[in-house]
Amino acid sequence: MPKSVRWFALIVIVLAVFGPMIPQLMWSFATRWFFPNLLPPQWSLESWEYIITPSSRVAEGFMNSLKIAIIVSLLSILVGLPASRALALHNFKGKAVIEWLLMVPIIVPGIVSTMGIHLVFIRLGLTNTFLGVSLVHLIPCIPYMVLVMSSVFANYGTELEDTARTLGANPLQVFWHVTLPGILPGLMVATMFTFLISWGQYVTTLLIGGGTIITLPMVLFPFLQGINFSAAAAISLVFVAPAILVLVLTSRQLGEESSVMGGFGRL
Amino acid sequence: MTVVTLNNLTRRFDNVIAVNNLNLEVNDGELVAFLGPSGCGKTTTLRMITGLLLPSDGDVLFDGVSILTVPTEKRGAVMVFQKHLLFPTMSVAQNVGFGLKMQGLPQKEINMRVSEMLELIRLPGFETRRPHELSGGQQQRIALARALIVRPKVLLLDEPLANLDANLRLEMRELIRSLQHELEITSIFVTHDQEEAVMLADRIALMFDGELQQFAEPNAFYERPSTAQVANFFRNANLLKGKRVGNQVETALGTLTIDTDRVVQPDGEVLLTVRPEEINLIPDSAENIIYGEVLTQVYMGTYSQMQLEVDGNQWLVHGPANFDAQVGNKIPLQLPEPRIWLLPLERKLK
Repeated sequence: MPKSVRWFALIVIVLAVFGPMIPQLMWSFATRWFFPNLLPPQWSLESWEYIITPSSRVAEGFMNSLKIAIIVSLLSILVGLPASRALALHNFKGKAVIEWLLMVPIIVPGIVSTMGIHLVFIRLGLTNTFLGVSLVHLIPCIPYMVLVMSSVFANYGTELEDTARTLGANPLQVFWHVTLPGILPGLMVATMFTFLISWGQYVTTLLIGGGTIITLPMVLFPFLQGINFSAAAAISLVFVAPAILVLVLTSRQLGEESSVMGGFGRL
Repeated sequence: MTVVTLNNLTRRFDNVIAVNNLNLEVNDGELVAFLGPSGCGKTTTLRMITGLLLPSDGDVLFDGVSILTVPTEKRGAVMVFQKHLLFPTMSVAQNVGFGLKMQGLPQKEINMRVSEMLELIRLPGFETRRPHELSGGQQQRIALARALIVRPKVLLLDEPLANLDANLRLEMRELIRSLQHELEITSIFVTHDQEEAVMLADRIALMFDGELQQFAEPNAFYERPSTAQVANFFRNANLLKGKRVGNQVETALGTLTIDTDRVVQPDGEVLLTVRPEEINLIPDSAENIIYGEVLTQVYMGTYSQMQLEVDGNQWLVHGPANFDAQVGNKIPLQLPEPRIWLLPLERKLK
């Protein structure tokens, strides 16, 4: 691609992603901004001051969202890494069924499955708990983890690991010195997906958390329905910040490692 | 150092037999080639020696002791694969020193031995290079160094020359030969290229469809192939059906005299063969002459190659470069008595 075209593409992308946030940013510093004013008549820090007060529960929601997203990411790795390796490198009975089942959460709306899960979780005493919410978040997360990682594993193959074995490395050493460094870029991207999917969950958190587990989307929604656009805009920006941060941190892997994104061809 | 023995080694994948009842012994310090078309079970055999794959049946012994229960990392059988040679996340020094690091040697000693090894493979000072900065030939040499540095009991090479161009092949072949001689490591390499096997190996184990056909020195495959299939693999398809009676073979094209000291095939139905380059196109007597019809003639520079029809079989004959066979003619072929070899008759052949 010529340089000018690349620059043009970059500008378009930046505008498309960040452009819609400009009015939000203005709203978050505005008070009483109505038609036909092009700019807010009055600027203030009112909304930002409001959302850092404990009574707004923004900080609490932020921390809960963060905790849950981290737990979900770790659990996704724990469950998804062995599964994706098995699917990528081994042939076994029922493999096609498992691959299909893994796609189901992407196809079936979360609200449908979560209502069923809700009943089970009530019996297990998992409703209104951190663990319950984390577990239900796993359902939409694991498919992405497995999709990305199985293509990473398939690409990486086993020859390097086999070489390491014959050179005297035990299975644990092979994983630590050979497998992990090799799959790390892919793992970072997959973890980013699971983190962001968990971060954005609303319906599942609402049903399983039952209003006890307050995450950031739970704090944000009432404001969107109300009339305090200014506060809603400020919370939205807080909500989107980690997503942008994670995206920037992993953008290199997204762009360079074609193998990382290969799994999406299968979707 | 190490004698490798394979006893009735068998490997099945579901219903397919990849390696069938393989028996052979590789001597201490010997360089053996597993030769055969792809899918003949040679790489499967290597993997069973390393322990990366368990045999369905049979045994692998190092110095007379079964090693089936020894895990891969403790066998001392190092394998160099065809592709994915170096660990991409490590520098050259880390790659070469990998085995020593796994043994828990102090970094200082590792560094020293890595430098020595890089010197030995004629890539001194390459420690800090990354794998992607190296050429294919350099990567191959580093992979070899990484294997040799742990002083393996057995060195296993999977198609070591397959991904190299002609010049590098020659260089790499010499390097493997000289290092293997110098370090006296029992080595087995897998190849599908018969010339490569002949030039590099002390002995060749030829495999078809998971079965050992012949295990012998390279010249035996030219002079004393065990079956028509083996002869064919070594580019000799000149076959003539006959019946051996004492020192004579009766064929549809006349009776030929053979050297009874050389042939081992007993009296009865046989296939007679003579290599393309050993047939006389200008007979020096009237003995052992058969006639063949010239189908094509190709000028090869230092010789000319003719395709002939001999009693329904296609024969290949090499003659002098300036020989004029005239396509369509029937020409005399003298089969020198000491060069005639007899093979067992296989039913599928005419």
